[in-house]
Amino acid sequence: MTGSLRGAVAIVGIGETHYYRHGQSPDAEFKLALQSVLNACEDAGMDPREVDGFASFSDDRNDPPRLAAALGLPELRFSNMQWGGGGGGGSGAVGNAAAAIATGYADCVVVFRSLAQGQFGRFGQGPRVPRVRGRNAFTVPYGLMSPAQAFAMRVQRLFHDRGVSPDTQKAVSLAAYHHAQQNSRAVMHGRPLSGEDYDNSRWIVEPFRLFDCCLENDGAAALVLVPAERAKDFRHAPAYILGVATGVPERAAASAHNAPDYATSNFKTVAPRMYEMARMSAADVDVAQVYENFTGGVVMSIIEHGFCTYEEANDFIRYENLVAPDGRLPINTSGGNLAECYMHGLELQIESVRQIRGQSPNPVPGADVHLIASGPMVEPVSGMLLGSEATL
Amino acid sequence: MTPPPARSSETPYLPPGLPAPTPAGDALDAPYWEAAQEERLLVQRCDACGLHRWGPEWICHACLGFETRWVEVEPRGRIYSWERVWHPVHPALTTGCPYVVVLVELPQADNVRMVGNLLGPATDPVEIGAAVEAVFEHHRDADPPFTLVQWRRADEP
Repeated sequence: MTGSLRGAVAIVGIGETHYYRHGQSPDAEFKLALQSVLNACEDAGMDPREVDGFASFSDDRNDPPRLAAALGLPELRFSNMQWGGGGGGGSGAVGNAAAAIATGYADCVVVFRSLAQGQFGRFGQGPRVPRVRGRNAFTVPYGLMSPAQAFAMRVQRLFHDRGVSPDTQKAVSLAAYHHAQQNSRAVMHGRPLSGEDYDNSRWIVEPFRLFDCCLENDGAAALVLVPAERAKDFRHAPAYILGVATGVPERAAASAHNAPDYATSNFKTVAPRMYEMARMSAADVDVAQVYENFTGGVVMSIIEHGFCTYEEANDFIRYENLVAPDGRLPINTSGGNLAECYMHGLELQIESVRQIRGQSPNPVPGADVHLIASGPMVEPVSGMLLGSEATL
Repeated sequence: MTPPPARSSETPYLPPGLPAPTPAGDALDAPYWEAAQEERLLVQRCDACGLHRWGPEWICHACLGFETRWVEVEPRGRIYSWERVWHPVHPALTTGCPYVVVLVELPQADNVRMVGNLLGPATDPVEIGAAVEAVFEHHRDADPPFTLVQWRRADEP
């Protein structure tokens, strides 16, 4: 390795649209993207015409050349798509943008994600087509066709192999809903969830109940990245990238559920590389934003990032340990994908920046190091560590 | 080894109207679908190193050999994992829940795994490690016809 992104790039602007329930956005998806970009530039206190690059993930439909044309950018220098579905590319897209800046490809890159499911259809539904081919032919005809169904068997196997209790899933869900009650932006603000509510909720696909599953939403989110040497020229305290990594273990994407290591969030190879770049370990992390497509994936992610072992999981992954400000590892302090908004996880980066600025709805005092784990159980996954100036 | 007598079903486990499997446009998996209609279970096997593999791929991930043949394997396995689906995500399934999806491991073929449904009452307990045998579920009225490979509980081999 000849270089490192540690401390080289900072997030100086964050922007989001209103977060709508799925299909409820009055605006087109591209317009949402534009609004989030402008909001992030406004937050940074900069002219949007300074943006010279875009990065996104999960096959976002709003391509950078069109964004650059619509915004009248003088020059577009970087346009990047992180391959892979779901939210697994959220941190990867930030890493790509940071790498572009650190190597001189571009100077001010916006990472964004925009979703209007009323315009384009929902994630959680099976394909409405007469025929399927390729890898889908070996799953869809058996009624295995939604993300929840794609991941439930991995979590079932985790519980079987490792003695991890389904109660860990409940703890993750209750923590997210608890945090959302302090967050007026959260779609589930004003809708608290009790343990009894959770226990009484219907099965979606065993072992996932309704409240183990992420929301689906309309909206857009954006981050502005600049070189660290310019980071203090903007309105708010910078959030510095300390480490970032993306990838999957061997044959993770083998079709028909043939990944050799099956009961995994896919972070076993990625997390160590992220920590290595940051020259940190799990012990250094103060707050974690752990992408929740389904709570069982969060449980795996917490373990695979080294916060506890499989044997310790039932004791560690309890509600009181996961809530701000005093939990041992506060997670998803805005409500995350479960209860704030499903913005494909980019709301998790925004929440980490807010934590660093002291603007979180559930602030954790003195928290300098923040993990964002993007996309458990998908291929590829990605993760990053953000830090305050004190961590440099 | 002679495979046990093929078992088949003319009654679909799931309601009609789901997307039908079709051989890939590049014909990679066509032999599997053809054999299923004849109640034979095929997987790929590398000519060079002998490794069985699934799902279908053009190259052996172990030795990087392209030469591959389709081999018939005994249609038996054990449950590697499972899920019980309660929430329908397709209009055809609104009357079909709950149903059980299983991931079946084939020890006789280097532990490749296959996705199918576990036939029988959907609310019966399911055990990881339990022995299962294939049931070839024919959809003869489909255009074109196809056969799904389903699974049912079996006596321990």
